[in-house]
Amino acid sequence: MLAADPASPRATDWSTIRRGVKARPVEWLAERGILLVSLSTIVMVFLIFLFVGREALPVVLGHLNAARVQEVIPPEKMEAVPAEQLRAYLGLTAAEFARMDKETLRLLMEIKVEEHAALPDDKDARLNTTDWRYLLGPHQWTDYQKPEYIWQPVSQVPKYNLVPLIIGSLKTTLIALLFSVPLALGAAIYVSQLAPPKLKEYIKPAIEMLSGIPSVVLGFFALIVMASVLQAIFGYQYRLNAFVAGLALGFAVIPVVFSISEDALTSVPRSYVQAALAVGSTKWQAAWGIVLPAALPGVFAAVVLGFGRAIGETMIVLMASGNASIVSWNIFESTRTMTATIAAELAETVVGGPHYRLLFLIGALLFIVTFLSNMAGDLIMHRLKSRLEGKK
Amino acid sequence: MKKLDLRPDTAQGKLQKRRRWKRMLLRDDNLSWDIRRTGVHLPSAFFTGVNAAATGLILGILFFILANILWNGWDGLSWRFVFSGSADDMFDVNKAGVFPMIFGTAARVILMTLFVIPIGVITAIYLTEYASSTSPITRIIRGAVNNLAGVPSIVFGLFGLGFFISFVGGRMDQLFLPDTAEPVWGKPAILWASLTLAVMTLPVVIVATEESLRAIAPGLREGSLALGATKLQTILRVVLPQALPGILTGGILAVSRAAGEVAPILFTGAAYYMAHLPHSLTSQFMDLGYHVFVLSTQSPNIEQTRPILYATVVVLLVLTFALNVVAILVRSQVRRRMRAMQ
Repeated sequence: MLAADPASPRATDWSTIRRGVKARPVEWLAERGILLVSLSTIVMVFLIFLFVGREALPVVLGHLNAARVQEVIPPEKMEAVPAEQLRAYLGLTAAEFARMDKETLRLLMEIKVEEHAALPDDKDARLNTTDWRYLLGPHQWTDYQKPEYIWQPVSQVPKYNLVPLIIGSLKTTLIALLFSVPLALGAAIYVSQLAPPKLKEYIKPAIEMLSGIPSVVLGFFALIVMASVLQAIFGYQYRLNAFVAGLALGFAVIPVVFSISEDALTSVPRSYVQAALAVGSTKWQAAWGIVLPAALPGVFAAVVLGFGRAIGETMIVLMASGNASIVSWNIFESTRTMTATIAAELAETVVGGPHYRLLFLIGALLFIVTFLSNMAGDLIMHRLKSRLEGKK
Repeated sequence: MKKLDLRPDTAQGKLQKRRRWKRMLLRDDNLSWDIRRTGVHLPSAFFTGVNAAATGLILGILFFILANILWNGWDGLSWRFVFSGSADDMFDVNKAGVFPMIFGTAARVILMTLFVIPIGVITAIYLTEYASSTSPITRIIRGAVNNLAGVPSIVFGLFGLGFFISFVGGRMDQLFLPDTAEPVWGKPAILWASLTLAVMTLPVVIVATEESLRAIAPGLREGSLALGATKLQTILRVVLPQALPGILTGGILAVSRAAGEVAPILFTGAAYYMAHLPHSLTSQFMDLGYHVFVLSTQSPNIEQTRPILYATVVVLLVLTFALNVVAILVRSQVRRRMRAMQ
């Protein structure tokens, strides 16, 4: 156990040995260098948060005005307006702005005036649709009968309500978890407690192979094969829907839930089982009555981490969910998830525009959600292991 | 069972006896399997069956997916398909080839390993050889590694676009080529895609390397120190050569994970179609996984292009699975050695 256990006294001793550090500057340098490089993981997590969040920040703070009809600056007043404001008004980058002479700018401003004249005189066109009110709450848009949640970023009045996407993500994730957790947990109990040792050595790598299938291949499989087969069986209307995507997502989640709960079940000391067997229980009774309760936090951690995996998965849902942003809890309807929205729309957005920033906001939300679920999962797992090892 | 002829007096007999003991000891962990109640407890038998069925169902799904893909993909595969490009029409069943995609995928993962392996291995060395397991900095690094492993791949894509392309690439353009209007660095490119993937696969390399470093007997390190080597010498000449299989496993797993990922490269470098192979760090590339996505969602006639779609999937699967199998084999060797040491 000495080598494997970092907490054992011998292993800690090795990490504090610093022979050569004083005599040879190279040793000292190497140690510092190694520490610096290993900090890069922390830097990366920080940078991810910073650079995804940075693009989303104007939306979060409400600094962005996405209203289609805005105050028009007449070309004659060009001189009176500060350069920076003019640049923002014309939607130019700093480099473009610097290259243009007065004449071009005036022309652009005239075009802008004409554009505004052509816009519909719609009360919605004056709304800043990136306001939190419109991002999360329902709104009665023109031509709609009642207040609704709508994600429609490419239209006369872009509508950026996040609720349909959040519901879509939760719906597919829930289906995936409902399908994969019982299966993966059953397999984990079987492999760690019930299966003959010989068989175990073959089953475990086989299930881990499932995690080696690229998600785009699972998405392809769901789109080409599963969608048709499931439609033939259940006879629902839309070929691509949350159900198909959820099942395929489940395939991706199974290995995660399996390997973590298997790990938790195996880390329950052998003596628990042996004691139960000695007083006459069957292996199943020992597994169900003794091992599973002891490892329950680990199973919970597995579900939490599986949730993180499912909500962040992109290609499967992009290909198999149908991608219609509808607010509905019906699992047989087409649905659009947060991840699929980013993947499908980012390429067509204007860099720095409201749509672009909204997609980064969705990304930041995903990052926060998975960050929290990872933290929670790891914490639970860590506590469970130290508790079980402490009891040993 | 054939009865062993135990002759304790002879060397042969001693060896046999020892082997028998060893076998028993090795089985000790599974002792409970041999302690069984007589008679059958029906509910237990039933639930054991249920769990076995769950396991069977998962394996069945895996088998079905692989069998379906191989069965349908076999016909479309040919040497011409693998080794030719689709110069005219990538949706033409008789002319399409995936060589540019294989090349692009291979190029981006090889480039990625150049970044990820040094950083990953050094971090793992720090965590196992230098850091004390209780210090706050170690815990933060471990937390960061775990979190990095759980960040959704599409968020890595956003990060690659926001950081590598807009920030780093944009700044490089301003610095080195202030007169050029067209961005050279600040646009999707194979370099940025590789860097994004390197950040994504960092945890894979770290975890695998750490595992193999921990599997090395402390006695080896102590022996080296006892002979007068410094710590750095010990790590470079004793520890690292021993850990090589594990480092390799980490690299292979990272490559296999990265080869199949599509979401992070959607905005950082993958091209829908390119007439030529990528020729510099700043060119875009065609990619196998992205091509599977294109073929299955944007094909003008899905029934007609089905053979090339399946064949492309087979090529992608063979690439990632072959790598995975190698990694699993190497890793099982490492684990066996670790168990034997304990």
